[in-house]
Amino acid sequence: MIWQFDIIILIFLVVTAVIALRVKDLLGASMIFGIYSFLICLLWAEMGAVDVAFTEAAVGAGVSTVIMIATVFSTTRRSKD
Amino acid sequence: MDIIIASFIEEVIVPKFNYWIYVILMMIGLFAMITKNNLIKKLIGMAIFQTAIILLYVSVGVKSEANIPIISHHGHQEHVENAQDEKHSSKLEVSTDDKSDKSDHHAIDKDKFANPLPHVLMLTAIVVGVSTLGLALAISQKVHGSFGTLEEDEILDQLKPGGHD
Repeated sequence: MIWQFDIIILIFLVVTAVIALRVKDLLGASMIFGIYSFLICLLWAEMGAVDVAFTEAAVGAGVSTVIMIATVFSTTRRSKD
Repeated sequence: MDIIIASFIEEVIVPKFNYWIYVILMMIGLFAMITKNNLIKKLIGMAIFQTAIILLYVSVGVKSEANIPIISHHGHQEHVENAQDEKHSSKLEVSTDDKSDKSDHHAIDKDKFANPLPHVLMLTAIVVGVSTLGLALAISQKVHGSFGTLEEDEILDQLKPGGHD
């Protein structure tokens, strides 16, 4: 565990979480949520949990971003908040 | 006063930074689930909440000087040889003093590996989280099909007895 990487990734994590919830465009919010998932995957690789890291990269970041984008395309991109 | 603040930052904030961010992320997710009006935004908040809980559990297994919990090739070979030796020797010979002798030579230093037990528990949690998210997104697609919107207040307006339809 390298604490400099740890602190930088954790700060980026909070920033991307806040941005994903504040963007009005739902497609953009899904994309930034994908960035959030890949950042947390990086954090787990750095914390020594490699099995959790590649599960998150495949399932969390890959599949959940894809199904969220599919939902946004089949419903609507507009969001009021 | 400055000394107290500096020692607080050094002893409480920096070594436990994962746990502080865990609390912040969890509250961001809970806030989004409660106050956001759009159903997709609520689901993003739920996913952030889940990853925050996983962050807590993975942080429990971290050790400061530890590496990933995979035993190196050299150690593995020794282990195999060890097992073959035990096969050749009779059962009586593999007694208590023999074992203690071997554990002296081939002991694995647990401080050099991160604790893998919380990681294994969290693998299940990730898969459960993704399936929950997929089900919730499918339900919100059906909601959009029958109400024509994803905003919670518009759906509630249509559900009122005197409302639209």
